[in-house]
Amino acid sequence: MNAMWQEKAQIRRDFPLLGERCHGKPLVYLDNAATTQKPRAVIDRLSRFYAEENANVQRGVYALSERATALYERARVTVQRFVNAELPREIVFVRGTTEAINLVAAAWGRTRLNAGDEIVVSELEHHSNIVPWQIVCAEKGASLRVIPIDDAGDLRLDEYERVLTARTRLVSIVHVSNALGTVNPVKEIVRRAHARGIPVLVDGAQAVAHMPVDVQDLGCDFYAFSGHKVFGPTGTGVLYGRASLLEPLPPYQAGGGMIRSVTFDRTLYAEVPARFEAGTPDIGGAVTLACAIDYLNTVGLDEVASHERELLDYATSALCRIPGLRIIGEAREKAAILSFVVEGVHPHDIGTLLDREGVAVRAGHHCCQPLMTRLGLAATVRASLSLYNTRDDIDALATAVGHAREVFA
Amino acid sequence: MTSEVPELYQQLILEHNRNPRNFRMLEGGRRAEGHNPLCGDHLTVCVRIDHGVVTDASFLGSGCAIAKASASLMTDRVKGLDVAAARALAARFDRLVTAPAGSPVEDLGTLTAFAGVRLFPVRAKCALLAWRTLAAAIDARDDMVSTE
Repeated sequence: MNAMWQEKAQIRRDFPLLGERCHGKPLVYLDNAATTQKPRAVIDRLSRFYAEENANVQRGVYALSERATALYERARVTVQRFVNAELPREIVFVRGTTEAINLVAAAWGRTRLNAGDEIVVSELEHHSNIVPWQIVCAEKGASLRVIPIDDAGDLRLDEYERVLTARTRLVSIVHVSNALGTVNPVKEIVRRAHARGIPVLVDGAQAVAHMPVDVQDLGCDFYAFSGHKVFGPTGTGVLYGRASLLEPLPPYQAGGGMIRSVTFDRTLYAEVPARFEAGTPDIGGAVTLACAIDYLNTVGLDEVASHERELLDYATSALCRIPGLRIIGEAREKAAILSFVVEGVHPHDIGTLLDREGVAVRAGHHCCQPLMTRLGLAATVRASLSLYNTRDDIDALATAVGHAREVFA
Repeated sequence: MTSEVPELYQQLILEHNRNPRNFRMLEGGRRAEGHNPLCGDHLTVCVRIDHGVVTDASFLGSGCAIAKASASLMTDRVKGLDVAAARALAARFDRLVTAPAGSPVEDLGTLTAFAGVRLFPVRAKCALLAWRTLAAAIDARDDMVSTE
């Protein structure tokens, strides 16, 4: 643990769940790519909203509703600053990354795609950045093109050039691979797409809790992430959309809150972002997500990135010392995600044996079946780290993997 | 290592995982496929039935130790049973691995090795995949079997 982090050792104490035990062992939580644990401040914030501040937004004439509206819109500004969007109205609150991508696939895809058009994704994508595009492509007679990866898990940028054609309408690409940890060169990907006038969506689900993200610097047109992977509540998420792309789009869902006026002959839609937030939004969730972002900012994303980089190196060395263990994904730039397989032991058996040692990891295809097919694997074990993980956690992981090998020896 | 672990990973199971029996394709018989997409487990179970009796059974595919050992022990065990007896055994095996922890364990011979699965409810689907796929093969059903 680096010295700066040592001073912040109380970080672990901010997360009540990390003090729990599992099968009689201290919990070692290494499934942060699935969801992160929540600091006490976040848990209390959600509770306080419902205890003291709950009202519907944008409707009431009374003080409580005005205050809830102000909190909700202040949360939007917190998110705007978090990803450095130019304007608050470029931030749409959604249920998560999946809904954010579905929103763009529906609102943008249905109105901008024609027969013969192409959407570009990569072999690294999560199913949620594949299936929404397949659905809209089938509807429009468009098709998917795929940027391949090399054996290390890096995107083949030379192939990217070939995949982009005169028919490409959108590039939709993951920022950080949830299965391999590959950090994609998003800025370069955007530069090459924009040179051809093609907009870019970035799936940032695995990025925002681990590195500073600046959508203006990246240059992307859409950026999606989930609240629960950044210490916020489940069911919250964000779509950033550049105002010039978001504003001309039709609604995604219809209902209350997204209209300006309704008659049975004609309905005028609200301005963005309200146009994309039909129905009562998750107000308490958005307010709590803002609290999670405040927490993360207090710790400092640069420090988080440096702590996780150090821990990734430590974990990589520790795992590599285990005979028969092979790390899957050795990209040039990696986030703190370690996928691995162990000769002679199936990932699910490792998952079960680790669980009994109190070590929580994911075993499976990580919702990346095309990637697993590319790698020739049915499943991997995945340990994904976060700001509260320590070298002790890594030692516990390595010891438990060693024990699992002994069972199958 | 907690005490439940040796209950699940019995020596017999580990041995059949390492050296699965009847791990081959069976020409001319009935076959069915089982797939648990979340796990990635994928089995093909083949069965030959003559005059209502299972005369041969085999499997191919990949999966965790529980799924593979279950398929291996199953294919050994059902040979020589008539179809009704094979179905009845499948039902008893299902009860063996899904019964609440602490309830009586029925003696199913070698298959009793899987009684520890009941201590790991999320792994029941692994033990059952081969048996459900066998049932589909016997019925000559074409749909993909899943226990997820």
